Amino acid sequence: MSTLTVPVTPHDHAVGPTTAPVTLLEYGDYECSYCGMAHPVVKQLQQYFGARMRFVFRHFPLSQAHPHAESAAQTAEFAGANGKFWAMHDGLYENQDRLSLPLYFALVDALGLSELKLREALAEGTYAPEVRTDFLSGVRSGVNGTPCFFINGTRHDGSYAFPDLQSAIDLTLRAHASI
Amino acid sequence: MPIDNLRRWASSQHLTVIKAFSVIVRHRLCIRDRNVRRDKDRGDSMAEILPAGAQAPDFTLHVTPDQLLTLSDLKGKPVILAFYPADWSPVCGDQVALYNEILPEFRRQGAELLGLSVDGVWCHSAFARDRRLHFPLLSDFEPKGAVAKAYKAYRDDDGVCERALFVIDRSGVIFWSYCSPIAVNPGADGILDALERMPRVEVSHVDAHGASHAA
Repeated sequence: MSTLTVPVTPHDHAVGPTTAPVTLLEYGDYECSYCGMAHPVVKQLQQYFGARMRFVFRHFPLSQAHPHAESAAQTAEFAGANGKFWAMHDGLYENQDRLSLPLYFALVDALGLSELKLREALAEGTYAPEVRTDFLSGVRSGVNGTPCFFINGTRHDGSYAFPDLQSAIDLTLRAHASI
Repeated sequence: MPIDNLRRWASSQHLTVIKAFSVIVRHRLCIRDRNVRRDKDRGDSMAEILPAGAQAPDFTLHVTPDQLLTLSDLKGKPVILAFYPADWSPVCGDQVALYNEILPEFRRQGAELLGLSVDGVWCHSAFARDRRLHFPLLSDFEPKGAVAKAYKAYRDDDGVCERALFVIDRSGVIFWSYCSPIAVNPGADGILDALERMPRVEVSHVDAHGASHAA
């Protein structure tokens, strides 16, 4: 059973209460089509569980397989540094079939951020260390593909279809409630 | 693109994309569960692969259509052997692709990674090119699975290798091994943990003429 080696910290991108009984953490790649398919499932889970679940996202770009995965992740980090991580995250997944610099600039414009600053950040790799840290934490935690979900720190080995994740999270909630 | 195929298939079945997706996933789960049940029925072959402490059997296999690689040529550095069933699985983050991403971490430990399956050299060549792999794939093709059998990592029923990992130390002894259920990608954490736990060896000094003697 694989467990998260780096626990969630305030530096992580999280939505939902820190006191939520369940944390669902995803390691994802913006160019991976399976992660794209899991994106609406996560939204459904957030709707279903409400305040009982906190969702955390960490980057796991498969940059050899996916040429835009790294730049997309850095773009998300840039947006995050400007308080707009989740909007960019959604924008990237919703447009993952056309990940490219023009797309990043369009998204950045739509969020009211500076295209020039993004261009500089990508050229200098300003956010590469953050992405790398996420990636390595995933490697050490036993991430074995994307998307890879951890529920309260334990790797979810079932599918990422809604019923599977929902029942796994339900089980965790029930176990938590009975303590 | 998989999502376009999914949309096309979904509309041909008069399903929404989400419904179509869950049908496919349930089907895959079914296959995975069937494989897991079959593994259990077979009686656990997981415990039988060569254990830590055993001498790693030497071998010579094709690494490209016209080049051979011998394991003992790599003595002096840690070697990771990743046996896997077959090239071309339909998942983007499969085991081989994952190790390709993590290669810098393996190299940082001074280790070499070798992938092994019963696929032929031309299959490996096409697969490596398609996935932009930066480590060698060895062809355990003739006699079929002979090297996997030497490591007790061959599935007789299926005629493919187990999903087995071996970390071999600098002197050619297996330091750590693990056999994953055939449907589960074991990831890289076990390999990295093993490499870190491996004791550091005294480096022998080499004099100006290239002759080496112990420190």
